[in-house]
Amino acid sequence: MTIELNPNIPEGPIDKKWEDYLGHIKLVNPANKRKYKIIVVGTGLAGASAAASFAEMGYQVTSFCVQDSARRAHSIAAQGGINAAKNYQNDGDSVYRLFYDTVKGGDYRSREANVHRLAEVSRNIIDQCVAQGVPFAREYGGELANRSFGGAQVSRTFYARGQTGQQLLLGAYSALMKMVDAGKVDLKVRQEMLDLVVKDGRAQGIITRNLETGEIEKHAGDAVVLCTGGYGRVYFLSTNAFNSNATAAWRCHRRGALFANPCYTQIHPTCIPVAGEHQSKLTLMSESLRNDGRVWVPKKKEDIKKHPNEIPEADRDYYLERKYPSFGNLVPRDVASRNAKEVCDEGRGVGETGRAVYLDFRDAIKRDGLQTVKDKYGNLFHMYQKITDENPYEVPMKIYPAVHYTMGGLWVDYNLMTTIPGLFAGGEANFSDHGANRLGASALMQGLSDGYFVLPYTLGNYLASQGVQPGGGDTSAPEFEQTEKEVKDRIQKLVDQGKKGSRTVLEIYRDLGHIMWNQVGMARNETGLKDAIQKIQKLREEFHNSVKFLGSDKEMNKHLELAGRVEDFLELGELMARDALERKESCGGHFREESQTDEGEAKRIDDQFSHVSAWEYTGENKEPVLHKEPLTFENVSLTQRSYK
Amino acid sequence: MSETKNMTLKLKIWRQAHKDAPGKMEDYTVTDVSSDMSFLEMLDLLNEQLVHENVRPVEFDSDCREGICGACGCVVNGQAHGPERGTTVCQLHMRKFKDGDTIVIEPWRAKAFPVIKDLVVDRDAFERIQQAGGYITTRTGPKPDGNAIPIGKEVADQAMDSAACIGCGACVAACPNASASLFTAAKIRQFGLLPQGQPERASRVSKMVLQMDKEGFGNCTNIGECAAACPKEIDLENIRFMKSDLRNVLFGLQK
Repeated sequence: MTIELNPNIPEGPIDKKWEDYLGHIKLVNPANKRKYKIIVVGTGLAGASAAASFAEMGYQVTSFCVQDSARRAHSIAAQGGINAAKNYQNDGDSVYRLFYDTVKGGDYRSREANVHRLAEVSRNIIDQCVAQGVPFAREYGGELANRSFGGAQVSRTFYARGQTGQQLLLGAYSALMKMVDAGKVDLKVRQEMLDLVVKDGRAQGIITRNLETGEIEKHAGDAVVLCTGGYGRVYFLSTNAFNSNATAAWRCHRRGALFANPCYTQIHPTCIPVAGEHQSKLTLMSESLRNDGRVWVPKKKEDIKKHPNEIPEADRDYYLERKYPSFGNLVPRDVASRNAKEVCDEGRGVGETGRAVYLDFRDAIKRDGLQTVKDKYGNLFHMYQKITDENPYEVPMKIYPAVHYTMGGLWVDYNLMTTIPGLFAGGEANFSDHGANRLGASALMQGLSDGYFVLPYTLGNYLASQGVQPGGGDTSAPEFEQTEKEVKDRIQKLVDQGKKGSRTVLEIYRDLGHIMWNQVGMARNETGLKDAIQKIQKLREEFHNSVKFLGSDKEMNKHLELAGRVEDFLELGELMARDALERKESCGGHFREESQTDEGEAKRIDDQFSHVSAWEYTGENKEPVLHKEPLTFENVSLTQRSYK
Repeated sequence: MSETKNMTLKLKIWRQAHKDAPGKMEDYTVTDVSSDMSFLEMLDLLNEQLVHENVRPVEFDSDCREGICGACGCVVNGQAHGPERGTTVCQLHMRKFKDGDTIVIEPWRAKAFPVIKDLVVDRDAFERIQQAGGYITTRTGPKPDGNAIPIGKEVADQAMDSAACIGCGACVAACPNASASLFTAAKIRQFGLLPQGQPERASRVSKMVLQMDKEGFGNCTNIGECAAACPKEIDLENIRFMKSDLRNVLFGLQK
């Protein structure tokens, strides 16, 4: 297969590209729109907003989610906020500044044109959400409030307490349900996409499993939009939800969609530390806490077991403020995480395991009063206390980095279309906007930008300009039969193995998590990565020979669901390690120990790695093929990122 | 914070193979429970132990496991989401229990929430209430600037209090009438307080309440168990607001 990676970036100056594109795209005439059927998989911010918008435009939409309600997609758990270049604070923000911060924050590994478009539409998102009744935080005068987030020197983050993702998702969900009520969206819950149907070289449908009955279903559409989130659960422990998985994206990859930058994962600096082997997931403490909380560890190793309140000011090392005086506690996530690891590696970590640092609100409470701190962060403090049984108003929080987000994903062009015509990817499922490190409060922005303001236009342009004839939802073609059969065979094989195995899905899954976290985590090196690839291959073999679970495929069976997802993680994990091995530079969240500055910061090698790595699947247990999309920067100059 | 490991607990759990099968309570013993585990992690552990003994594991819904998605929920010792106030069952920790305790675990019980399997129930009725009017009719596209209509901080805060509902269904499970009033009212009050929600305020309350009745939920008789069980502590003021709006519509005071 010859693959041409054309990003299809429109001509013209960066701030005119999107405007010009919109002015010249082909439109589908209103009478024809209702003949087209669009499949949208996933109902998070990107999926719900896209499905609602398509339906409002007149398309027939079928929308799928694995949960029992569209409202439960994992966007719901985003805490801190959403960025927008509104400049309400009059602190010098602008579209260009948001664009610049995002490109720089991503360590110059994202596509300029996509990021600029994101910054442009960021302002519309806030207006859209206000119109939907999203209760953003307000000032006493009735205007929208803002807070600061990492990697920016302006205050451009909009929020709804510590539940911004919840409120934005419920806004998109209500828009979706409005279209369900209007009969324009067929919403199918408890359905998992297990494969993509490609016919005549175009994505034309999906195969799903009804998670309530176990039935395998065929669904046809004239285009398929994947908004299925990221793949952080490869690490087993992450802040992602229990059902978050990579299967839909991975199965599309196996059908020909290139997977871009799989090694770019975000390790979020402020999570509640791991307590024990039993742990099923990790909980994030929003980045917004770094507005007021101060991060520190004891200066002296002998103080690590002391009660933090008994350690005098002179013996505390506020290491972020010390090393990065201009950004202080608000350095970007990758920098904050690496520094936490470093002080713990030095033996100055606190808590029972020595893998934690303090996040202290003492000074904020003294300065602003207990009530003000409570108003801003009450629900987060409450959650912290529940999990740890400690009161963060009195004792500093203990935090440690954890896997949170994946910047990599399916390769898409400017239209958000993958290398399979007719297959689009939005939100965290694509790779396009965050480069090697995502800034806080930018995931919500990207999800809603893709769903409300980008996909509705680019997908229409695809249908109209490619002369796609409406297929009427017909699933009788042999491609559907064949793909369905492959899905059924795969499930049957899993179920048969499950009956005779000896190790539970979770046991094998935890092993994968350990390999990924220790060797493909916060710091990576050649030896570790090569070893990880071998270990994962061995574990995959073990999975196929000894995984154990009970029950059949003809019923609700969450262990079978998990087994299928882990099977895919075992392939994706290897690709992540390969990508990390191939990229011999450090950039953003990808830290290769071999490539660092004298001060231990990530060191890019622009002349060799200023590209997107897009991997082609070539078959089971076969080496994938790497394709490169060169990245050119015409509007920002590449510098060694500094937050000092 | 001191962790206790190796607790042994006796569990009585509702087992039901599918929607139409009869169900019954079964006894299990789970060992090696740590006080730092969440209640769902304890169930994970039980399931691991059951699979090794070739006993069918217990199905239950969960997703975010941080109390915000609303997927999880079961009745623990007679209380929806268990003994701790303002807490979903995924955020309930085993330090609330002692070694040797017996814990009774059942699904939400309500005519409108049929059991799908074990502790998993069908909450589609909530979806239909939501779609009946739980939205503001506006389409994607250019909108007035977000600051064009000022909204006082207090109003925004109150709307947020209502909007915090996670749609878990604990209110229904806790209510002796299995009423969905708290869930329905929270959405009605959120939009009813905001300027953007005014044009459809009257139709919204009538459509949503009508749908709630159609689904087979009971009526509200001001008992207040719903608010006590609500993990997000949504209060009864929401139901007062809904009833007041409904009365205004019925008496033609609001159109």
